[in-house]
Amino acid sequence: MQTVHFTSALKRFFPDIEPQHVEGQTVAEVLDRLETQYPGLKSYLVTENGALRKHINIFVDGDLISDRDTLTDQLGQSQDILIFQALSGG
Amino acid sequence: MNRKLLVATSKGLVVWDRKGQKEWVVRDVHFQGFPVSVIYADTRHQVWWAGVSHRHWGQKLHRSFDEGKTWDEMPVPAYPDKAEWRPGKAAVLKKVWTISSAGPDKPEGLWVGTEPGGLFYSNDYGQSYTLVESLWNMPGRMDPTQWFGAGRDLPFIHSVVVDPADSDHVYIAVSCAGIFETTDGGATWAAKNKGLIAAYLPDPHAEQGHDPHLLLACTSHPNVLWQQNHCGVFRTENGGQHWSDVSDPGGYVHYGFALAVDESDPLSAWVIPAMSDDQRVPPNLALRVCRTRDGGKTWQSLTSGLPGECCFDIVFRHALARQGSCMAFGSTTGNLFFSDNDGDSWTCLSHVLGRVETVTFA
Repeated sequence: MQTVHFTSALKRFFPDIEPQHVEGQTVAEVLDRLETQYPGLKSYLVTENGALRKHINIFVDGDLISDRDTLTDQLGQSQDILIFQALSGG
Repeated sequence: MNRKLLVATSKGLVVWDRKGQKEWVVRDVHFQGFPVSVIYADTRHQVWWAGVSHRHWGQKLHRSFDEGKTWDEMPVPAYPDKAEWRPGKAAVLKKVWTISSAGPDKPEGLWVGTEPGGLFYSNDYGQSYTLVESLWNMPGRMDPTQWFGAGRDLPFIHSVVVDPADSDHVYIAVSCAGIFETTDGGATWAAKNKGLIAAYLPDPHAEQGHDPHLLLACTSHPNVLWQQNHCGVFRTENGGQHWSDVSDPGGYVHYGFALAVDESDPLSAWVIPAMSDDQRVPPNLALRVCRTRDGGKTWQSLTSGLPGECCFDIVFRHALARQGSCMAFGSTTGNLFFSDNDGDSWTCLSHVLGRVETVTFA
């Protein structure tokens, strides 16, 4: 069971979003589970071909995921996943 | 009389209400803090469409049936699996540049122009979209000398002009590639760039590779089209069979982005010039609107009410609106001007907006 924490910026679009406990062996599977909980969330995080958006970062136990294109990073039994937006100005 | 003015800016959508002949008051701000790149008021259904180009979260589309009281987030066009904008480069939606009615006889039809170089059609009023493969697969689309980005890394479709007498007859404009026409509802396309100049190409008269900044047609004379192009202002009287350069080489009218045309008079048009492509500032640092009443033979500078010195405003391609004799435009430096007399004089409605992307009356 993974624990997923979200950037507070997502509250603007998903007011009810809260940390979630979800099953998943890869980051992609975790996002699929989250999509059922918060329909539309995936489109905020990944492009239509499944790649992580350029200015989104996902950390697993403090480390950036390595596969931003297909999100195949393998997950362990119980890990903390952080979904953040990158810093960009303007 | 127009009642509302919708101004899409880099920091949100600002809606003005008209109070009397000249007074406008801010009614609402929507999508506060977010870059609203597109606003389209669909008169068929009294629906507002807004495109928000989030830096982090990607392109979104929103739709309102109640003049902005409530908004629904809608699906965005998606490129098919394996679609490539260049060999080996996957095509993914970067930005929605334009949303357009497909005509009164297709009430659920919408055209959407996107980056990279996509034209999408929806037959269910934005619930789903299909990439127009006939255009996507045109010879030249993959060729970096014929379709390429201008000011952006990738080519984009920013203008869709539907013939009011025949909704299967549509023109689009691509920066950079040029003008394309379909007469069969999008099944086939033909380049319509004869007479245009692409001064930045080895062959300035190439069939494709042109940079129209905005394409508009005269509603009552749909064979008369105008474009503000990277290399001048061009006009055609024969539906794009041949374009004529109607720039004013001794004056101000040559480079720029914004364009407006008259709905009934095929000889009238307005542009807001910039100095050049290497100095994107107003000529002489003075803001002016230029108007022709004779099909581009002569141009008149309209400056009353506009800043005349130390002015750095550029007006983007969708940021000049016209309805009846009323006009409005917004600039890159956050100014918004209104005229109720065809541009003879202007009133500043705001000088503190974000960068203005799109202006339209509703």
